[in-house]
Amino acid sequence: MGRTLTFKIFRYNPTLENDQAHIEAYRLEELPRLNLFSALNMIREQQAPDLMFDFVCRAGICGSCAMMINGRPTLACRTLTSDLPDTIELFPLPFFKLLGDLSVDTGVWFRAMGEHLESWIHTQKEFNPEAQEERMDNETAIKIYDSERCIECGCCIAGCATAQVYPDFIGAAGLNRIGRFLFDPRDERGDQEWFELVSTDEGIFGCIGMMACDDVCPKDLPLLEVFSYIRRKVTAMAVK
Amino acid sequence: MRVITSDVLIIGAGLAGERTAIACAKEGLDTMILSLVPSRRSHSSAAQGGMQASLGNSVMGKGDNPTVHWLDTVKGSDWGCDQEVARIFADNAPIAMREMAHFGVPWNRVKGGKQQVFIKGKKATIEEDHATEGLITARAFGGTAKWRTCYTADGTGHTVLYTMDNMVLQLGIPVHDRMEALRLIHHDSRCIGAVVRSLRDGELRAYIAKATVIATGGYGRIYGESTNAVINEGSGSWLALQTGIVPLGNMEAVQVHPTGIVPTDILVTEGCRGDGGLLLDVDEYRFMPDYEPEKMELASRDVVSRRMKEHILKGKGVQSDYGEHLWLDLRHLGERHLTTKLREVYDICMYFIGVNPITELVPVRPTQHYSMGGIRVNKDGQAYNLKGLFALGEAACWDMHGFNRLGGNSLAETVVAGMIVGKQVAKYSKKAELNIEVTLAEETAHIERQKIDKLVNGTGKENVYQLRDEIGRLLTKYVHIFRTGEGLQTATAELKKIVARTGDVKVRTSAPGMNPELSIALRIEGMAKQAYVIAKGALDRTESRGAHFREDYPARNDANWLNRTLVRWPVAAEEPQFEYEPVGLLDLPPGDRGYGGGQMIAMEISIADYNRKVDSEQSVKGRLEPSEPTGAKLPKEAWRAELEGKE
Ligand SMILES: Cc1cc2nc3c(=O)[nH]c(=O)nc-3n(C[C@H](O)[C@H](O)[C@H](O)COP(=O)(O)OP(=O)(O)OC[C@H]3O[C@@H](n4cnc5c(N)ncnc54)[C@H](O)[C@@H]3O)c2cc1C
Ligand code: SF4
Ligand code: SF4
Ligand code: FES
Repeated sequence: MGRTLTFKIFRYNPTLENDQAHIEAYRLEELPRLNLFSALNMIREQQAPDLMFDFVCRAGICGSCAMMINGRPTLACRTLTSDLPDTIELFPLPFFKLLGDLSVDTGVWFRAMGEHLESWIHTQKEFNPEAQEERMDNETAIKIYDSERCIECGCCIAGCATAQVYPDFIGAAGLNRIGRFLFDPRDERGDQEWFELVSTDEGIFGCIGMMACDDVCPKDLPLLEVFSYIRRKVTAMAVK
Repeated sequence: MRVITSDVLIIGAGLAGERTAIACAKEGLDTMILSLVPSRRSHSSAAQGGMQASLGNSVMGKGDNPTVHWLDTVKGSDWGCDQEVARIFADNAPIAMREMAHFGVPWNRVKGGKQQVFIKGKKATIEEDHATEGLITARAFGGTAKWRTCYTADGTGHTVLYTMDNMVLQLGIPVHDRMEALRLIHHDSRCIGAVVRSLRDGELRAYIAKATVIATGGYGRIYGESTNAVINEGSGSWLALQTGIVPLGNMEAVQVHPTGIVPTDILVTEGCRGDGGLLLDVDEYRFMPDYEPEKMELASRDVVSRRMKEHILKGKGVQSDYGEHLWLDLRHLGERHLTTKLREVYDICMYFIGVNPITELVPVRPTQHYSMGGIRVNKDGQAYNLKGLFALGEAACWDMHGFNRLGGNSLAETVVAGMIVGKQVAKYSKKAELNIEVTLAEETAHIERQKIDKLVNGTGKENVYQLRDEIGRLLTKYVHIFRTGEGLQTATAELKKIVARTGDVKVRTSAPGMNPELSIALRIEGMAKQAYVIAKGALDRTESRGAHFREDYPARNDANWLNRTLVRWPVAAEEPQFEYEPVGLLDLPPGDRGYGGGQMIAMEISIADYNRKVDSEQSVKGRLEPSEPTGAKLPKEAWRAELEGKE
């Protein structure tokens, strides 16, 4: 209580001619249970009206607000200042297109990733509004849900060494998405199709397995488990 | 100015907008979606608890059917809803859930055999039939006769939106995100698109289409303290109000949810109470059974919120730095349940307030949550008075919720309405012509350009954030759970002044690009005017119905107020115009809800007489002719078999 916090924030407006990327410092009196959502809004409203950042749900659910907080990619809305030192450095996530200051274009990247992986159920079946739903056991549903929980925040990509040097890498979020559909019995894609999608350098072979992604994922997705499942699958497919 | 054309323009990439887009694209129409944020970040993704549909697969849903669902919905609405629309909804909700399963939602499923659950706060064992194993299961929610709320743990909105957006990807429907529709392009009788500002670089564009659909979600953030996402500032309903001719319906019907956490106002789902969570007071005493012996914690939201506030006013609240609150007790649900089925809730408590719900009580208080009101549309989703304009989802007043919506009925509404209204949008667009009236688009954009110029270069003195905060404070203080004539007089008088002050805002930076201060400055007039019509509607409605509770008029008055508020704000007028129309055909006669215990003043005319006027009075108010006659989808007295069977 009673701390004065110093925020050192990366500033750059790409729509402004001749703007230079730089760091600007802002001071703020700490309040009890202050999180970075409130802190950044206070800074914007009182000191820097043009400061750009993204929040939507402010509840750790929508994945909008990932940024580098003292060097670590994580969700700003659920980061409390009380867990941070007096000086807080904020940078935009690397890898993604910078829109300005702390705002990056994760949306466009994730849409492209989804299109590339054809992130939808591939099925020949037509929906029949008269019929009862197809059955699924609850364990399978939960397993799919465990991967479906990804909020597309981009933290795993920002923390991934491969992604920084190899921009076509689909990243942990992409691999996890593959896992989500591999687990799903409704998806009729065959081994061959999966194999072509996954067993590339953009896919599972690009991953060096140091699991930085697992360490930073704010939703604690079971990435380790998903990757080893994919590896086993790919090996089995290759053997066939 | 760049002009972008399509057959259908959908403003909003939440569930309602995307389901409509899918309906249109499947009909081969060129469909375009706009959104303030990447589609998957839309507020629909934040819904936790689930969606109602009377599949009746779980043993606790046995005997459920669309009629029972409809009965719960009409009672929940305190008879303020359009009963035919509620029927269309209840009939189609099971199909919508199954279709979402087909699209890929990993619904939780029935597990055969004995299960430990909580019913009315007590441990119980139920036995699921092995014959239903693997079908979509359901949990309990407030105000429902059966367990009817389908879910994926407590991430239902997330999985349903991700699945819907996967369909959008598959169909190749473009989503232009970080785009804000500012003003509709329209003549006196027809809408042809919208002027849109890019939140990436500030560019103004015109999007022109045969049909324009508003699916922009709720306006909860006007209250400041709200469970809603920060983007829910009512910019969609403002698009309609701004036309001067399209009315908004029931804006005073604002839902306050019992369990926002303290502080931060983040929601913890009704599923907490559905799964057995209890409300406790300062003495850790469970007080709800004293007020609501039948439904206890699971009465409808308006009732539970009111009882909580009542209990706090009796001195039973818990004091804190952030004002008084009550407790939500989840401890008995156990670690496994809390870290699987209520995992988001667990995370929210741990990360945001440092409370571990497995061992500690969660501080909660009633918080603004849902907008029953919105753009008034007919049963096909067509806005009143303006051809080519449709609305659905939380942005619309379709109106299946009346004065109180049931938990789980809103997500379900977005998908069902997307199916129903989507068909009508497609039908309309196939027949309509594309009017690329560039001059009209330019004129419309010019109004926005002038506004921007004035905000940036004008001589105004007002700070937009200050005005926003004042609006929120007034609504939260005077137009919340308990309302009084006196309080509402103060609110309307103050809000009127704020409306005037919004013309005098000046932003501090002319930075090009996203310019966040300019973005909110462009919204503030709409926020202030909507706040005013909310407060004025509440002041004029001298009765209590659902979420609208007047301490000075505590009875529900079916003699004078069994109607829907319509409000227009004519261009350049000082004051909005209020009118009232019948709620729709009455099939279930107004009666007691079975909870809440309010007084009632009976109708003075017969139901037949009431019903006779519905069509003519609604069309006088601008309702466009629906594709099927009024009442075509409302089976007469289907409820009798249910109610009489039970007694
Ligand atoms: C925390 C929370 C939990 C909830 N849980 C449940 C639940 O368990 N069950 C249930 O039934 N209901 C629940 N609800 C309610 C339900 O989630 C919403 O009513 C529903 O998701 C609204 O969907 P929508 O498609 O109408 O709007 P939204 O999902 O809010 O989407 C609105 C879209 O419009 C866009 N937009 C807005 N304005 C503009 C503009 N001017 N220009 C361009 N684009 C614009 C936005 O970017 C967004 O894409 C919950 C609500 C909250 C707040
Ligand atoms: S394990 Fe390492 S290389 Fe593989 S995705 Fe995760 S961070 Fe990237
Ligand atoms: S896998 Fe985790 S870190 Fe990566 S995008 Fe998804 S939620 Fe974020
Ligand atoms: S704002 Fe949604 S996750 Fe942070």
